[in-house]
Amino acid sequence: MIQALRARPWSWSFVGAAGAFAATIATLHGQGAAGVATAALALAVFMVLAGIGQMFVITLGPGNIDLSLAANIGLASAVSMTVMNGSDAGIGLGLAAAAGCGLAIGAANYLLIWLLRIPPIIATLSSSFIIQSIDIAYGRGLQIKPPPGFADFTSLQIAGLPLLAVFALLFTAGMAVLLRRTVYGRSVLAVGQNIHAAKLAGIAVGRVRAITYMVCGVLGGLDGAFLAGYFRGANVDIGNEYLLASIAVVVVGGTSVAGGEANLPGIWGASLFMVLLLTMLNTFGAGAGARLLFTGLIIVAVVAFGGGRKTAQ
Amino acid sequence: MTVAGGDIVGLSGIEKRFGVARALDDVDFTVGRGERVGLIGHNGAGKSTLMQILAGAVTADAGRIRVADEELRDYSSRQARHHGIRCVFQELSLCPNLTVAENVRIFHPALRGFGGQKKAARLIGEMLDRIFPGHGISADDPVRDLAIGKRQMVEVARAFTTVAEPLRLVILDEPTSSLDAQASAQLLAHMRRAADEGVGLILISHVLAEVLGHVDRIVVMRDGKVAALGPVQDFDRRKLVQAMGGEESAQKARPSRQDLREGPVYVKAAPGKSGAKEFMAHQGEIVGLAGLAGHGQTALLRQVFEASSRGGTFRSKPAAFVAGDRQNDGVFPCWSIAQNITIRSLKTLRRGGLVSPAQEKALAESWKNRMRIRTTDMENGILSLSGGNQQKALFARALASEAPIILMDDPMRGVDIATRQDVYSLIRSQAAEGRCFLWYTTETDELLHCDHVYVFRAGAIVAELAGADVSEEKIIQLSFQEPA
Amino acid sequence: MVAAVRLLRGLLPAFSLALVIAAIAWVNPRAMSYFGFNLMLSLALPIALATAAQMFVIAGSELDLSIGSFISFCGCVVATWLNQSPLLGVAILAGGVLIYAGVGALIHLRSLPSIVVTLGMSFVWQGLAILVLPQPGGAAPDWLQTLMSAKPPFLPLPVIGSVLLALVCHLLLMRTGYGAVLRGAGGNPTAVIRAGWSLLKVKMALFALAGLFGVLSSLALIGISTSADPNIGSNYSLLSIAGVILGGGEFVGGVVSPVGAVIGALTLTLAASPLLTFLHIPPDWQIGANGALLILVLAARARFARTEAAR
Repeated sequence: MIQALRARPWSWSFVGAAGAFAATIATLHGQGAAGVATAALALAVFMVLAGIGQMFVITLGPGNIDLSLAANIGLASAVSMTVMNGSDAGIGLGLAAAAGCGLAIGAANYLLIWLLRIPPIIATLSSSFIIQSIDIAYGRGLQIKPPPGFADFTSLQIAGLPLLAVFALLFTAGMAVLLRRTVYGRSVLAVGQNIHAAKLAGIAVGRVRAITYMVCGVLGGLDGAFLAGYFRGANVDIGNEYLLASIAVVVVGGTSVAGGEANLPGIWGASLFMVLLLTMLNTFGAGAGARLLFTGLIIVAVVAFGGGRKTAQ
Repeated sequence: MTVAGGDIVGLSGIEKRFGVARALDDVDFTVGRGERVGLIGHNGAGKSTLMQILAGAVTADAGRIRVADEELRDYSSRQARHHGIRCVFQELSLCPNLTVAENVRIFHPALRGFGGQKKAARLIGEMLDRIFPGHGISADDPVRDLAIGKRQMVEVARAFTTVAEPLRLVILDEPTSSLDAQASAQLLAHMRRAADEGVGLILISHVLAEVLGHVDRIVVMRDGKVAALGPVQDFDRRKLVQAMGGEESAQKARPSRQDLREGPVYVKAAPGKSGAKEFMAHQGEIVGLAGLAGHGQTALLRQVFEASSRGGTFRSKPAAFVAGDRQNDGVFPCWSIAQNITIRSLKTLRRGGLVSPAQEKALAESWKNRMRIRTTDMENGILSLSGGNQQKALFARALASEAPIILMDDPMRGVDIATRQDVYSLIRSQAAEGRCFLWYTTETDELLHCDHVYVFRAGAIVAELAGADVSEEKIIQLSFQEPA
Repeated sequence: MVAAVRLLRGLLPAFSLALVIAAIAWVNPRAMSYFGFNLMLSLALPIALATAAQMFVIAGSELDLSIGSFISFCGCVVATWLNQSPLLGVAILAGGVLIYAGVGALIHLRSLPSIVVTLGMSFVWQGLAILVLPQPGGAAPDWLQTLMSAKPPFLPLPVIGSVLLALVCHLLLMRTGYGAVLRGAGGNPTAVIRAGWSLLKVKMALFALAGLFGVLSSLALIGISTSADPNIGSNYSLLSIAGVILGGGEFVGGVVSPVGAVIGALTLTLAASPLLTFLHIPPDWQIGANGALLILVLAARARFARTEAAR
């Protein structure tokens, strides 16, 4: 069994999630295990959405990363709530606005990367600052509440299973199919493995990259809308922890940081792991410092364990 | 073969394998004091590997290394330097972000301390003046501002400088490939002077005239073994070509098909300066791009691939590219063989919007058989294949696509004979069905398969040959001809 | 022609600095005094030291996203342990530098992308900073405060300090033999290995230097602000990268200019806050303005690179 696990390093994340769950329940003396599980699943959804977006970008190859995701989520939460304007009739429009906002951010990021030849890390970091300012100026003081229907939807459960989690699982499956069985998905994987070969194989590298950054943007936007619904209000900082978290779940989930290899089940395992880890630390009474320290160490450890890219002979 | 006393270096019984491929098979090699040895051979003959072992960059699987009568174990590049062995490889060893003087400083750790910069500048300046008078290079020039010819001069001169370590042997691997005629002549003259001072020299060159005119002894390698050796007087061009494996046969492999030149034009381009000779390829033609490596052939292929109107290139049909540098330009290392092959053809494998696994598998299997790719399962990772079979997979990728034009960028480099034969016959049958091949190759005998050959020099076409006129001699002569 | 373009590139940082000073002078002439510069450049030394740290990492064709939180961590240590138990404080700071060297070794040995590793480390340092000093507070050691509030004649302390820093880094990186090796490793690692140098040691040295200058930056910062908080260095990762690039450095290839980096840091110090305040940019937009500034800097560099490549 150890051999099978070793062959699939991402499966460790599920093991880790189970371990953290067990530790938490033990500390609570067995109380509320179901509640912990449900809450973990619900919170994991938000990490999964952000993680999938980040995964697509990271898979494009070394140097590709989206550091504007947190700011994106924050802005989208404000935009979506403002457009929904507290009424259930505006839900569709609000989600579309959030997605559109994210799409614009993704497009703007790629424009910076392509036109100005700025490395993605700097481009997205800079744009995150600009987005933050926009969000602060735009959402100053407005604590827009989600429409009751939307808020209820995000908290809805079926037999202890959050509805949002079910949709997220289906969505993940869809993304897996997209990655492995569409021309676009294969192109992303090709570009990530060897950008020169991809170009010479006739792939429109620029277009693939642009689409990918926009996909990540849209997922961030939707994530922001759902977060605002779940936490019953938009605010600038709602996405802050998702920047590190999105990268962490991608890396811990087994996607190669060198690009070209993506792992979708791993994102779920890693998200559950991260959420349960934080829950466990909270239960132990650890503060923000310990949480950050742990998550950072885990990222470094997992990346170091995985190692860098092996090239062809 | 015993190692005589007074030799600078002696290798005996050297063996080296890279995976399944045997690069060196029981090779003996010596260089005496003040001796100039020419090392020649086909691609994949083992010359570069042997030199890398001599320089300590690669470890031999078996065999003994003697330097100055002392047998050395745990041979490494540091040991090699310590014993006075220097090399100038084909890929430049200069740091482009540093100046010439700083590159010399890195080369000689003894040049530390605050006077080091000046000393390094003086050292390289003097050596450049000695070897390449009139070079026009300043020690404070950042290397990245220098043209490739000047960089090569710096690298060569640097190899001859001495500070703390002795200079006993210099290995020059195709040193004149980026030098112009004057600098090449200067270098070859300096080799004589250095030999007179007791320095041993090894010259690897594909320019037979250089080797025949400027060495004392020749070693010919072929398929990992020493095929012939002896004083230079014992050899002439024909004997060398024969020893390397290139039989100059009177009859061609196949008659050329001149009537193809009347068919539909698939490609038109004009490399080099305006008014230079034009390049044309027609339907069903196999067009060869010849000449010394790096003289514009790859640039033309890339130009045709991109077919941007700016370059004045015309391409009437889609083109597929077969890369020669498979690590950088070809292979997708994380994917299976099947995935590597089908990447160009995904659109045709779609059923209902998604790529059909059944169709993909069928395509991969069909090409496995047609190209005779040696593997147990096409779902295995591409890196499980030998180099030659990986190259076959890259071919299959291009051929599996429906592109009527296939661009080949010296794809047979380092590939074994058996693989080559399989590919040649496939190219011929595909061309008979109307596919157009643009084939850049550094192996002159491969050009015999072509209907038409363009010879490149310094980025322009200097000559074209109809298939019947192609011969290695003519190609080599024309490769050295200056463009009009 | 080549020499002319090269000269122009070299002068770009100084030109940008002159431009920013001119803009300030135009908007607020009264700032052009000893007192004015001393005030505007008050944070120049910490930023310049952070930029120097980043420069060493960029010289090796890597990137350090953790320098900001590292400075926060060291700052918290300075304001607590260094003040109360100096020996322990020094030991912790030295340990930080050693860990930095260890990160460099890890990146080299496992062929890891520095972006992800340093991003992870940034949260390690941030977490440690919070653990050391959960709330803003602490106090800078007296000797540090005195040093950083010195008012030498003629030139303000930040200017003197920056000139000294530029000189030291220039000598270290551009004039010594090993400095050439360090930069060479960023330009052509194979060449450096072939010449017999250990790439592992080079990477460790570059990161250790980054750690060292990060510690110095935190000392300067706490000396000025007299107390610490766990977020005190949060902007410094981005600022330091911007400073190196503005100063003529490139992300890959080992192309850096120590003098340019310091000038770039000074330019950013002036542009990041004083200029924006003088231009009455509201605080809400100051963060965004920092981002826009970085984009402008890189766009200008990209334009330059294109003209150079076109020739």
